[in-house]
Amino acid sequence: MKRHKGLSRLYTGAIMVFLYLPILVLIVFSFNRNKSRGAWTGFTFDWYLKLFHNDAILSAFGNTLIVAVVSSVFATLIGTAAAIGIYSMNKWMGRAVRTLTYIPIMSPEIIMGVSLMMLFVLMRTKMGVPIQMGLLTLILSHITFNIPFVIFNVLPKLRQMDKNTYDAALDLGCNPFQAFYKVVIPEIMPGIMAGFLMAVTYSLDDFVISYFTSGPTSQTLPIAIWGQLRRRVSPEMNALSTIIFVVVLLALLLGNLSSIQKERRERKAVRI
Amino acid sequence: MKRKKLLCALAACLLALIPFNAFAAGEDGEYDMAYYGQFAGQNASINVFNWGEYISDGSDGALDVNKAFEELTGIKVNYSTFATNEELYSKLKGGGAQYDVIIPSDYMIARMIAEDMLEELDFESIPAFENIDEQYRNPEYDPENRYSVPYTWGTVGIIYNIGTVEEPVDSWSILWDEQYRGDILMFSNSRDAFGLTQKLLGYSLNTEDHDELRAACEKLKDQKPLVQAYVMDEIFDKMLSGEAAIAPYYAGDYLIMAEDNEDLRFSIPKEGTNLFVDAVCIPKGAAHKAAAELYINFLCEPRVAADNIEYIGYSTPNKAAFELLDEEVQNDPVCYPPPEVLENTEPFLALSPETSLLLDSLWTEVLSTDKGYNKWIMPVFVVVAVGFSIGINLARRYRKKKDSPY
Repeated sequence: MKRHKGLSRLYTGAIMVFLYLPILVLIVFSFNRNKSRGAWTGFTFDWYLKLFHNDAILSAFGNTLIVAVVSSVFATLIGTAAAIGIYSMNKWMGRAVRTLTYIPIMSPEIIMGVSLMMLFVLMRTKMGVPIQMGLLTLILSHITFNIPFVIFNVLPKLRQMDKNTYDAALDLGCNPFQAFYKVVIPEIMPGIMAGFLMAVTYSLDDFVISYFTSGPTSQTLPIAIWGQLRRRVSPEMNALSTIIFVVVLLALLLGNLSSIQKERRERKAVRI
Repeated sequence: MKRKKLLCALAACLLALIPFNAFAAGEDGEYDMAYYGQFAGQNASINVFNWGEYISDGSDGALDVNKAFEELTGIKVNYSTFATNEELYSKLKGGGAQYDVIIPSDYMIARMIAEDMLEELDFESIPAFENIDEQYRNPEYDPENRYSVPYTWGTVGIIYNIGTVEEPVDSWSILWDEQYRGDILMFSNSRDAFGLTQKLLGYSLNTEDHDELRAACEKLKDQKPLVQAYVMDEIFDKMLSGEAAIAPYYAGDYLIMAEDNEDLRFSIPKEGTNLFVDAVCIPKGAAHKAAAELYINFLCEPRVAADNIEYIGYSTPNKAAFELLDEEVQNDPVCYPPPEVLENTEPFLALSPETSLLLDSLWTEVLSTDKGYNKWIMPVFVVVAVGFSIGINLARRYRKKKDSPY
């Protein structure tokens, strides 16, 4: 038994190394005095200081955050409503809509990017909608590709839910709206949150779709990094990536800690 | 009496000089506010689209060009970046012109002029254009110099590590030398890769002869087994760490590498090379043309251009800015090669659409595996995938039927 434990630890360790070694390299070189990743010439905080004076990178980062948060909020609202709608459809309708929802997830991002760009251009040139490539188009496209992720996170929760609880709420004097937000919403909340977080993640990561739908005033971080490709990516990017990594890590740790504590408290309560 | 008169004359002269001084912008940070102040308080903005890391951004105490321009003129600069000329082109073609200032390379400018994608500049409102060296006016890509103002230039050469390469390097043929198998890096963009191969074979960079292009393609295929990787900016890391020993790249970037690795050398091959120019233009339909011209003029100011070129590391076509550079840089044969070397260079020009297409497909041929692409792969894949999903559904249904108690 013990031997097995050692083996599984080794396996876990190997996977951790595999996942985190590249990030570790990046973190180490964010402290490198030299501009290159090729040679270590000394320790410095310079890149972090420079980062906070580099308006181009900071505004790209700001854009990325704005787009991620705004688009995820809207995608979560729309996606949750859509999931509830799909859930109450009959079998064939539901299946058809679910299949349609899968298509944007399955199809290559570049197709979505190009088609969204063409749509926006068409709207401006042929339909007279004064839409300029910029933050707005970026947010609209992120909402579009985030909705399916929310739907597929919420749907399973709806299926797990006991339908009778909703009816019971109605019997006990709730009107349909109250029953919805007092019973259904709390029941599917974990799915909604998961969908929201997933949407944020995808939105932060996205390069391909943003590339086609961003404009002169709305460069996101991935696009800014891409732009440096001919000259070379500046070490400030390493510094920024390190900061993002540490913040995310801390957030996850705090989240896990609080949920562990909550569990403990609940267990205690049960014992009493 | 006489003395008084003289003094008066002197004072008059000085007085006359004062506004003149204010006009002679640059040096002491004095700019002509009547000119630069045109848009002050109007909430104007311009959209600038430039290469990444291609403008002085205020690090190391240098001028932050965009910020300085904003403070000077009150025009807000929306700055974004691209990585390749082709990317810039497709953005303009696909998304409609929303940019006011763009900085394409020579051949792309020629193509854009041919396709009527650029605005003619009003050189009356770009007085600092006079700082541009005669040599860089009326270039081949813009023969009457109506659409562009040169920003930087440079040459392509061979960067090599004297630790590995002991012989003197004077020819592109070293990139085909069996001896350095696995130590060679190569451009990952078709135009540069084909360009140097064409030079080696003695063709023009802008050949439209399809047999010559085919020959270059075969030559590149011969080289493939020797090449460690096809790269762009990874060249920096690979050359600095000694992972690779020979790479063709831009002169300005060599200078940056040489600061960190003193074993690196640069050579412009005897067969000749490409001299590239990146120039500032205004795309057709730009919403803020006048403000954009202010920006272009600002880039031509000697101090601004000098700070910019120090940051970028390439060579400047701006004579007044050149004068401001360190003597060491001015005499650097890598940055500013002697005339006989420059004579043996050739700029990229726009290729005809057919040739561009051929070049693309030949480059794909070079990069793809030796096995030819089978046109049946896609249909077979689709049939298999559809068959698989039908199969799964049938199997499921069958099992359900078997399991169901009714």
